[in-house]
Amino acid sequence: MANKAIVATKVGMTQLWDDDNRVVPVTMLQVEPCRVVQVKTDERDGYTAVQVTFGQREASKLTQPEAGHFEKAGVEPGQRLVELRLDDVSELEIGQELAADVLEAGEKVDVTAVSKGKGFAGVMKRHNFSGQKASHGAHRVHRAPGAIGACATPSRVFKGTRMAGRMGAEKVTTLNLTVVQADAERELLLIRGSIPGPKGGVVVVRDAVKGS
Amino acid sequence: MHSTDLVDQAQLRTDHPEFGPGDTVKVHVRVVEGNRERTQIFEGYVIARRGSGIRESFTVRKLSFGVGVERTFPLHAPTVAEIERVAVGDVRRSKLYYLRDRIGKAARVKEKRY
Repeated sequence: MANKAIVATKVGMTQLWDDDNRVVPVTMLQVEPCRVVQVKTDERDGYTAVQVTFGQREASKLTQPEAGHFEKAGVEPGQRLVELRLDDVSELEIGQELAADVLEAGEKVDVTAVSKGKGFAGVMKRHNFSGQKASHGAHRVHRAPGAIGACATPSRVFKGTRMAGRMGAEKVTTLNLTVVQADAERELLLIRGSIPGPKGGVVVVRDAVKGS
Repeated sequence: MHSTDLVDQAQLRTDHPEFGPGDTVKVHVRVVEGNRERTQIFEGYVIARRGSGIRESFTVRKLSFGVGVERTFPLHAPTVAEIERVAVGDVRRSKLYYLRDRIGKAARVKEKRY
């Protein structure tokens, strides 16, 4: 599992020029200082993680359980509670602040976010099917899947057959992206390449589990 | 105001002169050969400017030994050392793609007279 992680919000994409004057496409993330609300340990919770919050939220907009949870930790209420699974939480304590500088430029990271919802999507968009012919007698079936199984044997459609349906709005992790810049002062994190989810979406960045 | 301005603003070049489609420009391009760097000049008509912000680019067309050559440069790229505006063109549209179909005298742009 991960050794370090941080919560951020996606701002958008732009580009930079590197030392060799090549364009580097980057996604800009805003990293507000994260406050640790709870530390989960093996002894008590069966796994290790930290629960953090960021930003501000009015006291009147909290539910009573939330208000009590923040009060117990003695931490100012934030927009959201996010859990970061970490291997080692012994150095973290309640109330501590995490900033963008937990990561550094050049490091490989994994980014997790909820992807953009596509609604009810057909098989061409959802499963990359080829669709059918544009002409030669094709009638209103241009984007249809075609056959979905055999006839009297098995006389049913197999479970898991790929068909049209809801697409997107699911948790997606992109592995092994490179950190281009991590600036705690400007609350800024630049990551090479694209990142799942819409602008303004909440993103969890952790050090790469498979990268080396 | 763009959401990524925090990163973009620092990279925008403000040292380029104003220029637009129809103008004749000399673009000084940095060329790296091995570990030596020199400047190459590409001179021709600006036939298009497109995009905005950090992604803005422009296209320069010239005739080289009778063959039309076009190069597109990102306006804010560090490889563009300098842009010199040699002449101001008198044109009525923002994209001069019609120059591609013209040969010889017809492929010229009128110079602006004040």
